[in-house]
Order: sequence, then structure tokens, then C-alpha cells
Amino acid sequence: MQVLKLYLRSPPAIIGLVLLVLVVAAALSADWLYPRDPLALAGRPLLWPFANPRFPLGTDNSGRDIAAQIFHGARISLLIGLVATTISVMIGITVGALAGYHGGWVDTALMRITEAFQTLPNFLLLLVLVAVFGSTITTVTLAIGIVSWPASARLTRAEFLSLRNREFVQAGRTLGLKDAKLIFGEILPNALPPVIVYASVVMAIAILLESALAFLKLSDPNVASWGNLIGVGRDVLRVQWYVSAIPGVAILITVLAVSLVGQGLNDALNPRLKGR
Amino acid sequence: MRVLALAGRRLAASIPTLFLILIGVFLLLQLAPGDTVDAMMAQMGGGDATTAKQLREFYGLDLTVGAQLANYLWRLVRLDLGFSAIYGKPVATVIAERLPATLLLMTASLSLAFFFGLILGVVAARRVNRWQDTLISTLGLVFYAMPTFWFGLMAIVVFAIYLQWLPAGGYEDITVGLTGLRRTLDIARHLTLPTLTLGLFYMAIYLRIMRGSMLEVLNLDFVRTARAKGMDETRVIVRHVLRNALLPMVTLIGLQAGTMLGGSVVVESVFSLPGLGRLAYESVVQRDLNTLLGIVFVSALLVIVVNFIVDLLYARLDPRITTGT
Repeated sequence: MQVLKLYLRSPPAIIGLVLLVLVVAAALSADWLYPRDPLALAGRPLLWPFANPRFPLGTDNSGRDIAAQIFHGARISLLIGLVATTISVMIGITVGALAGYHGGWVDTALMRITEAFQTLPNFLLLLVLVAVFGSTITTVTLAIGIVSWPASARLTRAEFLSLRNREFVQAGRTLGLKDAKLIFGEILPNALPPVIVYASVVMAIAILLESALAFLKLSDPNVASWGNLIGVGRDVLRVQWYVSAIPGVAILITVLAVSLVGQGLNDALNPRLKGR
Repeated sequence: MRVLALAGRRLAASIPTLFLILIGVFLLLQLAPGDTVDAMMAQMGGGDATTAKQLREFYGLDLTVGAQLANYLWRLVRLDLGFSAIYGKPVATVIAERLPATLLLMTASLSLAFFFGLILGVVAARRVNRWQDTLISTLGLVFYAMPTFWFGLMAIVVFAIYLQWLPAGGYEDITVGLTGLRRTLDIARHLTLPTLTLGLFYMAIYLRIMRGSMLEVLNLDFVRTARAKGMDETRVIVRHVLRNALLPMVTLIGLQAGTMLGGSVVVESVFSLPGLGRLAYESVVQRDLNTLLGIVFVSALLVIVVNFIVDLLYARLDPRITTGT
């Protein structure tokens, strides 16, 4: 309750929440508003927005309804964002917790691997993964999760390093608690809040990564993804620029919403740091 | 000298990381369906099995995975990246041809991001919670949330198609054959939009970090002391605050070097720049695994070099690093 009150005190956080609710609402209502396949042909190609009341956002190069693709695209973006973020944060927490808790050679080995992942440009690794494993929506989501875990691993490790010798952990150790119990039952709950706040950053990046991949036509062509639509619109950019412009605004709004909510949560959870 | 020794140690420590990356990516690429020879045969419009077998023998693709990896690493030690079947040239040559455009784009974008991020961050921090701060912070958020490739496309629509101020793509005008200064200016004109596209995203990050660390440093005791001494505000900012607030910014350059290289893949594709990023994309599409592996190697090397420079810079900004550990 306290957190909610603090959260609602900041205008940007409220704007973020409203935008996020809008995007989620679009995602949830997609099937109901546009029950037909969004990638099916719907009308004449390249109708400008508002030109025909049946297509409020117009149609793309092959006559598919842009509004339907935007609504269905919201589901894809949110889904990929959520799943990829969960994967990435889970890997990050596991690696960071093991490294920070055990220290010694475990720490050295795990941090070497983390460093290797950080040295490799993440989009390049994403390209390699997609080249090897193909670009169905499942592999793309997994790949995005796999390339974006190192930062959360470092964050978790830092938290564990500062927590592992606190009194409550030592008390647990004297009581004879097992390592697994100490890591997951005692330390992790205390280390989690900053990692969860950071997850909003991961989600924003995940959505941007997928859209970039789709734009390059390396993501799943069989789903209505905003990035795909921008890529399609690129072919007619000279005259029909609205085809690319509209999905870009959708991505912008979604990423903005996620970032603002994350920042608001951060300020609410760490009131001391407010204004940074 | 001690700075150099320190940075040298860090550089040496990154060699195992580099090997880890190479072995990892090499093994990963083994899982890819089809190899270079398949791609070549497809390009030639098919061919018989004996030719394929001969080609595989020629490229050493008939050996075991372990032997191929050993071969590859041994060649790398001698700085030989292998042969690109698709481009018909050594991979090192192909990469060397594409590297300048990417390096130029990255340097320009980084300078833009750093310079304007710094200035906007300082302004926002000095006017914290006033309209200047709100405006700058909002702008930062929007640039951060905007997909770079989309910004690039919209910039093309506005500046290349409607206003016709700048070219929509390419690295230089090859039809006229300019030389010297005219050629430099021509390349600069072609790189303006890509630089803006890649740079503004990073500027958004830098300005947020700069604002945050300025606010932090502004509250420290030594700033109060300097002000109490009667030092004028500009001097306080430049001599005392900036130097300390710059540290997180410099750290960020090292951390962002990899992402920036990744970002250039997309930007180079939007503006059809003949750079490393576009080469990476082309090798993925054409399954030119040798080239892809070479790009991974060069990119990792580049990130390590940037981090080495960052270490040196860091030591200059914070003398404690050399006297301490």
C-alpha cells in the first residue's frame, strides 16, 4: 500500500501505467475486435488511414488491415517481452546467485562466462542464434532471453556479495541450513527487488530487439509483429510512409510505458533515490 | 606507466574470454543446418555430389569438429580468418574492406552521444525539476524508447525524400568520383543521418546517467566546500563536479561498445552502408559461416580494445586507481 501510494505520487509513473494498460487492453481485445487472421487480405492495398472507415489505420502493401496487425502485434510484443525477460532474469539470477554465494573458483568461472557474453555484441549473437536455430517465434524469444541475461547476473551477484555474510544468513548457517535453502529461502528474497525493477529494462530491450530482428526479416514471418510491418512498409517508404510510421509509434508507446513503470517502481521502492 | 601496466593486465585477462567466445560460437555454428559448401552449391545453381565432396575436402570441412576447431584456432593465432566462399576472398580482406565504415559510424555516433549527453545531462541536473529538466528528460525517454531503425526510416522520409537535404543511403557518391576534401565532405553528408540514428539512442542513455551522477556529486561535501570558498559556479562545475561525474559516463562507454556494434547492424541495413554490421547480416542470410565467425572475432576484439582505452581514460580521471590496487 505504501509502495502504491509512493508510486502514484509521480506523474510520469502514472502516465506509464496508463499507457501500459492501453497496450495490454489492445492485446487482450485483439481477438474480439479483429477475429480474422490479421495477416489475411482485407481490402485494397495501400489505403491511407481514414480513407475508408473500415480501415481506420489504412492497409499495407498487400491489402492487410494495419489496425488488426497493430492490435495483434501488441500481443506478440508483450508475449515475447514477458517470456524473454523471464528467461533472461531466471538465467541471470541463477548465475549471479551461485557466483555471489559460493565465491572462489565458481565465481571466477561463472563471471568469465558472463564476461564473454558481455564482450560479444548481443545483436550479433542474436543473429548467430537465429541463423543456427531458425526463426520461429519460440526460438526468437529464447534467443532474446539468452543474449540479455548478463546484466541481471551481475546485479544479483553484487546483491549476494553484500548479503551473504549478514547476521541473518550467518544465523541460518549456524542453524545448519543447506546452501540451497540459504540461497533461495534467505538471501534471494532480499536480493530480488532491484533485479525485478531491472527486469523492466530487460523487457524494453527485448521488445526493441525483436522488432529489429523482425524489421530485418529474420524473425517469424507468420505472426503479426510490429517489426514485420515496419519492414514491409519500408518497401513503399517513398510515398506510403504511414505503413512504417504507425507500428513504430506502437513500439515507442509500449517501450515508453514499460520504462516509465519500471522507473516509477524503482522510485517507489527506493524513495531515497528519487529524482535520479 | 603503472596505468599502462594495469590496463595491460586487464588486456591479458581478456584473452581467455576471447577464446571462450570463439570456441562457443564455433561449436554453435556446427549445429547450423547446411554448411558453406551447401550455400555455394545453391549459389552455383546446384552441382553433383563429387564436386561437393572435393570442395568440402578443400575447405577442411570433412574433418572432425575437434580437428576443425583446432585448425581454426591455430589459423587465428596467425591472424588468418580463413576464406569466404561467398565473396571469393579471404575473410580478413572482406572484413578489412567493411571495417572503416563501421568504425567511422561508431566513432561519430559515440562522440555525438557523449558530447550532447554530457551537455544535456549537466543542464538537466543544474535545472533539476524545472521545465528545462522535464523537457530534456522527456526527450531522453522518447529517444530511448524509439526503435533506432524506425527513427532512421522516418529521418529518411523527412530529410531525404521530402526536404531532399541529405542522401537516403550509401557511403559515398560513386558516380562522380570525388577525391580529397570533396570526397570527405561527401562521406560526411552520407553519414549524417546514420550517425544521428545510432547516436541519439545512446545520447538518451548518457544524458540520464550524466544527470544522475551530477546530482549525486553536487550534494557531496567537497562541492559545498568549494562553493563556501567563494569559487564561482562555472569553476565549481567544471573543476570539481564534472571530473567526478564523468566516471560513470566513461564506464558506460566500455559497457556499450558491444551494444553499439550490434546497433550498427540495423542502422547499416537501413542506410545500406557497406559496414561490418551489414556484412554480418549478409553472412547470416547467405550462411557464410566463416565470415560470420570472423566478424564475431573482430567485434569481440574491438570491444576489448575499447575497454582497454576506457581503462586508460579512467585512470586519468581518477588518480586513486593507480595509487590504490
